Amino acid sequence: MTDFDRHTSRISRRKLLQAGAAAAALGTIPGPLQRAAQAQGAFDWKKFKGEKIEVLLVKSPRGDILTKYHKEFEDLTGIAVGSEMIPEQQQRQKAVIEFNSGNPSFDVIAISYHVQKRQFAKNNWLADLRPMMNDKALTDPNLDFNDFAKGGLNYAVEPDGRVNSVPFNLDPWVVYYNKEIFGAKSVAYPKTFAEMLDAAAKLNDPSKGVAGFVGRGLKNANVPVWTSFLLGYGGGFIDANGKLMTDRPEAIEAGKMYQALLGKYGPQGVAGFNWNESQSLFLQGKAAMWLDGIGFAQPLEDPAKSRIVGKVGYGVMPAGPKQRVSALFADGEGISTYSKKKGPAWFYLQWASNKENQTRILQAAAGAPVRNSAYAMAQKSSDFKAPKEWVECMLASAAIAQPGLPIIAPVTEFRDVFGIALTNMINGADPAAELKKATADFQPVLDKSEKA
Amino acid sequence: MSARSTPAAPSAFFARRRRNYRRFIIPALVVVGAVIIFPWLFTVWMSAFDWKIGSVAHFVGFDNYVNLATNQRFIESIGHTFYFTVLAVVVPLVLGTIAALIFHREFRWRGVLRAVFTMPMMATPVAIALVWTMMFHPQQGVLNYLLSLVGLPPSLWVYSPTLVIPSLVLVEIWHWTPLVMLIVLGGLAALPTEPYESARLDGATEWQLFRFITLPLIAPFLIVAAVIRTIDAVKAFDTIYVISQGGPGTASETINLYLYLQAFAFYNVGNASAVVVVFFGIILALALLLLHVRQRAQWAVL
Repeated sequence: MTDFDRHTSRISRRKLLQAGAAAAALGTIPGPLQRAAQAQGAFDWKKFKGEKIEVLLVKSPRGDILTKYHKEFEDLTGIAVGSEMIPEQQQRQKAVIEFNSGNPSFDVIAISYHVQKRQFAKNNWLADLRPMMNDKALTDPNLDFNDFAKGGLNYAVEPDGRVNSVPFNLDPWVVYYNKEIFGAKSVAYPKTFAEMLDAAAKLNDPSKGVAGFVGRGLKNANVPVWTSFLLGYGGGFIDANGKLMTDRPEAIEAGKMYQALLGKYGPQGVAGFNWNESQSLFLQGKAAMWLDGIGFAQPLEDPAKSRIVGKVGYGVMPAGPKQRVSALFADGEGISTYSKKKGPAWFYLQWASNKENQTRILQAAAGAPVRNSAYAMAQKSSDFKAPKEWVECMLASAAIAQPGLPIIAPVTEFRDVFGIALTNMINGADPAAELKKATADFQPVLDKSEKA
Repeated sequence: MSARSTPAAPSAFFARRRRNYRRFIIPALVVVGAVIIFPWLFTVWMSAFDWKIGSVAHFVGFDNYVNLATNQRFIESIGHTFYFTVLAVVVPLVLGTIAALIFHREFRWRGVLRAVFTMPMMATPVAIALVWTMMFHPQQGVLNYLLSLVGLPPSLWVYSPTLVIPSLVLVEIWHWTPLVMLIVLGGLAALPTEPYESARLDGATEWQLFRFITLPLIAPFLIVAAVIRTIDAVKAFDTIYVISQGGPGTASETINLYLYLQAFAFYNVGNASAVVVVFFGIILALALLLLHVRQRAQWAVL
């Protein structure tokens, strides 16, 4: 289930002028963050010298980087950091149990927006950062939210304007495609859903063991594949009255698309595939297209693991009939509302998302940082190996990204219930009937969670 | 001292000793109470609440149980658990007995081969599960390659809803047949040789020797192996969770996996507690059945 936790790629010393241009195109940033972005003045990092904070991180290449450089933060601020880094699944359980006890052991916590945002917000577990952001004595002028990708900032802001966290890392979904397979049959990279189905049909060649399309079929993990289509069809998750929209025509069309791509043009056994099975098939050159998160460039370009080095295309999600959207997942960091050291914890958040740390993530192929400037800065490093196309795809995807899962508390149950429906579709079930049943099953769970 | 000197004293002495012993039970009582009885009662208590961690608990009485009784997914998970358990007990029992009979004979390298045979048992379940996951892969797995070598069509293994449970049992068999073998081997080593000699004199065939002498004599050991295997199979979680996560869909979702999802993924603690209580009832019934079989087996002629 650590499906969003993968390595990203290194970017080589190529000219990345596009990075800056794309960053400018990311649009305006949410209101609450604008004032903070304009804060100016001399800044005293030593304000909380001698204090100690506890940090709960997720075990991942990004958590490793922060932990490695904690010393730098301690030297800068004089604040001691006690940190704990545990696997994603366990971290989520620990967070729920400790917050529920009313006396969590940590001041700062790493959060996965797509899983924890609504849960944390509904229970008021995270401190509102706005008062500190607007305090010039507490906020470094270099924080600069203008540098953050809009999709990430949208995740950080609550509907009522609260800001509970600072985004850290993005995971927009993209289409990896095998240029050799495309080229052999002179098929161009699809621009629309219809072209995508067409390409999958043309390139699917079971006699050679080549699948037209591969992606997650395993329940729970598979839901973002379907929501990627759902968003493109102009569908949504929940309407203004709290009713699920997952059995409406857009959702059913997306279900049919999913069924066709995986069931018809997918490999045998795809109903049990998570990202790792999909990856290994694609690495072997046995799949023409693969839809998943942005973070797989490193294994795809690693000659020791991949048979398709240099042949991988990085495509932005094709446009649906209504709009072109990349389903987005993201991580950030927030401060426990129970913390007695919110000031030092805020310092930690600012340090963790500073340009140096964000660039380190990219250089170490540990993720896709939320700061646009990191992409331009990383090119200065000599061992930056990711293809230019990947960076372009990343920035273009982040610009059209929307949350890939509903912002609700029981998101794991949502993924479970709809995941089963999707797996059944691969095995031949009727999308409309499956989605109707899943929607009926999940509506009471949703009602209960929002009422409680 | 007085107890020894007067003949009437011993009963008083033993009575006092019995009384004195009671206080030594207290530590054990406290421990059992704290780690078994209290959690158990607390689970039963929680099962009467509609409680999701992070929200307020409401008392709902038997609602959780009523919901379970009509929950198709839960009922199916009971079916999957039984299907898995029966296969994962019977097949290792048969194969383990055969292996024990083979390894009971004298032959060259027997010690080394026995050690090799028991090696799977020593490996970590999660590590095993990860390796088997790779072997099951429909395109790149070694199992389908092996099938292709002997001209058989590829199988979908754990990626097919119908084959997933038998495939998971395959892992279980590979892992735990050695345990059955060891238990039965211990039984075989303790057998007397006289019945075999007299039966041979009477002209019994090898099959008759096994059917009418060996099998009845090792029956108590087989029952022990069956009990251990049943306990293991019913509580199997790690291999299933790692390999199939209960999928495809819910095709291999056993009670344990359903329980894990309810408790630790959805945080429905009330509902999960009700599942635990029902599961406990099932295990209790199973244990009584096995005890009954064991008692019958001690006297019955197989």
